[in-house]
Amino acid sequence: MQIYRSHVLICGGTGCTSSKSLLIKDEMISELKRLGIHNEVQVVMTGCFGLCEQGPIMIVYPEGTFYSKVKISDVKRIAEEHLLKGRIVKDLLYYEALEDEIVKSVEEVDFYSKQMRIALSNCGVIDPENIDEYIAFDGYQALIKALTEMNPEQVIDELKISGLRGRGGAGFPTGLKWEFAASYKDDEKYVCCNADEGDPGAFMDRSILEGTPHSVLEAMTIAGYATGANKGYIYVRAEYPIAVSRLEIAIKQAKEYGLLGDNILDTGFDFDIEIRLGAGAFVCGEETALIESIEGKRGMPRTKPPFPAEKGIWGKPTLINNVETFANIPAIILKGGKWFSSIGIPDSKGTKVFALGGKITNTGLVEIPMGTTLRQVIYDIGGGCPDNKKFKAVQTGGPSGGCLTSEHLDTPIGYDNLVKLGSMMGSGGMIVMDEDNCMVDIARYFLDFTCDESCGKCTPCREGTKRLKELLDRICTGKGTLEDLSRLEELAYYIQDNSLCNLGQSAPNPVISTLKHFRDEYLAHVIDKKCPTGVCKDLLQYFITDRCLGCGSCARVCPKDCITPTGEIISEKTGKRRFVIDNSKCIKCGACIQACPPKVSAIVRQ
Amino acid sequence: MKKSIADLMKIRDEALKNMQLRDQSESNCRVVVGMGTCGISAGARPVLRAIIDEINKRSLNNVQVVQTGCVGMCRFEPMFDVNINDEKVTYVNMTSEKARQVVVEHIVNKRVIRDYTIGKSENE
Ligand SMILES: Cc1cc2nc3c(=O)[nH]c(=O)nc-3n(C[C@H](O)[C@H](O)[C@H](O)COP(=O)(O)O)c2cc1C
Repeated sequence: MQIYRSHVLICGGTGCTSSKSLLIKDEMISELKRLGIHNEVQVVMTGCFGLCEQGPIMIVYPEGTFYSKVKISDVKRIAEEHLLKGRIVKDLLYYEALEDEIVKSVEEVDFYSKQMRIALSNCGVIDPENIDEYIAFDGYQALIKALTEMNPEQVIDELKISGLRGRGGAGFPTGLKWEFAASYKDDEKYVCCNADEGDPGAFMDRSILEGTPHSVLEAMTIAGYATGANKGYIYVRAEYPIAVSRLEIAIKQAKEYGLLGDNILDTGFDFDIEIRLGAGAFVCGEETALIESIEGKRGMPRTKPPFPAEKGIWGKPTLINNVETFANIPAIILKGGKWFSSIGIPDSKGTKVFALGGKITNTGLVEIPMGTTLRQVIYDIGGGCPDNKKFKAVQTGGPSGGCLTSEHLDTPIGYDNLVKLGSMMGSGGMIVMDEDNCMVDIARYFLDFTCDESCGKCTPCREGTKRLKELLDRICTGKGTLEDLSRLEELAYYIQDNSLCNLGQSAPNPVISTLKHFRDEYLAHVIDKKCPTGVCKDLLQYFITDRCLGCGSCARVCPKDCITPTGEIISEKTGKRRFVIDNSKCIKCGACIQACPPKVSAIVRQ
Repeated sequence: MKKSIADLMKIRDEALKNMQLRDQSESNCRVVVGMGTCGISAGARPVLRAIIDEINKRSLNNVQVVQTGCVGMCRFEPMFDVNINDEKVTYVNMTSEKARQVVVEHIVNKRVIRDYTIGKSENE
């Protein structure tokens, strides 16, 4: 076994890969060869480091030096200066890693030091394509422990003690779910991993699969042992090619080592895992639709009960858990349920991974103990809204969740707390909005998504979301009435109460929560016909002020010929009149503003 | 090939030797090699390579080898420090051969080779 004096870790997650981290890796290897130090320095492609905003990211150990936004042209300097001569290239460091000329290591910068990593603990640390590196960090030790020292009931008990709840959305207690699944006897049973991850802006599950695929395989095998299943399916969307290929490699390696297959570790237990690719419909993340899809049918939800634990894939008892739920399990088995339950708050134990997005400085992936406040996540770790803009709201739970306002920032994050406030944990999307976001437009955006993704099986969801969206369209274009607002509310509650699956039941949440917290914005759209943030273009009006000199530049470019010299007379001498825009014909293209001479700037948009 | 539990433990221990480098809390021994222009021209690279090779051969898994720039005593190059539990010893005028001896005597056997240290050389 070769020991290297230095390790260069380069992020091979989807984010950094799309900004050429693979080429950076190749360049680094060839530079190291050129300098003759390729036998001393190891280059490792890892999973996501989480701070995607700053990608491509490179970490150099043993120092833990944190280079960000690395370009191919920077590689030569890092190799020559840092790796050959031991001088850290300060101007390429992540800006927070350099404070008063003192270089901080990756563990010391705020973004990481305030996190706690269980599910993501291997992401950005190991090479996901090398099973030995996973094993080095206690990989498959939990499986050994479960198979050789515990019986299935003990495994389930440990999970119950841990207090782990499902990370896929509903937050069902995992130990209880395993117990149900174990209680149904049948000749065939299944374990299924839900890696559909359909929330727009969410990429927790993808990063886990890309960064530590063996964690999921190990946990699924333990689940098979605990529930009496011998076959596992991972349902992953085809749009995640890197995750799929790492899973394939991981399954192959695990089979080679005998950690999957027949008679695992000579204990007589058989377990095998197969990948099923999904086409990426949001509804296929719903567990019963997912089952239909795995069976080769069109992905549409079934009625529950019976729950999958009783009748799942091929009508057989099936345990379905989310990727992140599984990723927590090896640590729970190894360190004990008690350890896990010591983290978090009473109803929510352990940690949760969030994908930070929207108007936030540090876009990326964070894992925090439950009970951390929204403020800590958004400000201390996320760095707040960029450009000193004012924070307005945060949407948790994706399209099924609701928005929370600055009033709620000090709420400790947990399943029950978020539901109490009219939102939910969901799978962990966290989209931040600042003063420039129009909340009616945001609600319309999410409705647009759920309306598109409704599978069409039940009427409340299929027709209801469409009508909701039409109402929002009317409001955003200035055609809404006060009556529309009450209709919006009525319909929202109707859909919530009457849809077949959770897609429909939760689709109105963004509307209900924005109506609750930002009713004044709706009223401004409906009564004043104004969008306070200027996002809804149709509500904008263009005016020509008395700075107008009557040159007519605007009228000449107007594609609708709706600007005419019909205002008051500006100059007695020439008889020129101020130009006026006919707002009933104006299409808000903005050409007139461009045409008005900058010195004059007579046209305003309100 | 199918692995037994014992095999897996072996794999873990082997792989961990290399990977401990990424865990900053683990190491208590650090070798800091001068890699300024002065160091490199005096032959610091072969010295560094010898240190790594020796560490490798002996599977010393919690030793960090890092480089540093010129420390201002160029006439002593190639030189390096060995820090064990925050105690620093500076070795000077190193060759590959001497460096290997330092790894064995100082890092493995915990015996400082006085003859090679800076205190000795300065007094000469
Ligand atoms: C519309 C819809 C989409 C869903 N998408 C996902 C998803 O992408 N990933 C996921 O794990 N769970 C998703 N769920 C939740 C699953 O139905 C199920 O509750 C979950 O996979 C159970 O795993 P857990 O107990 O580990 O959370 C979705 C539910 C609904 C209603």
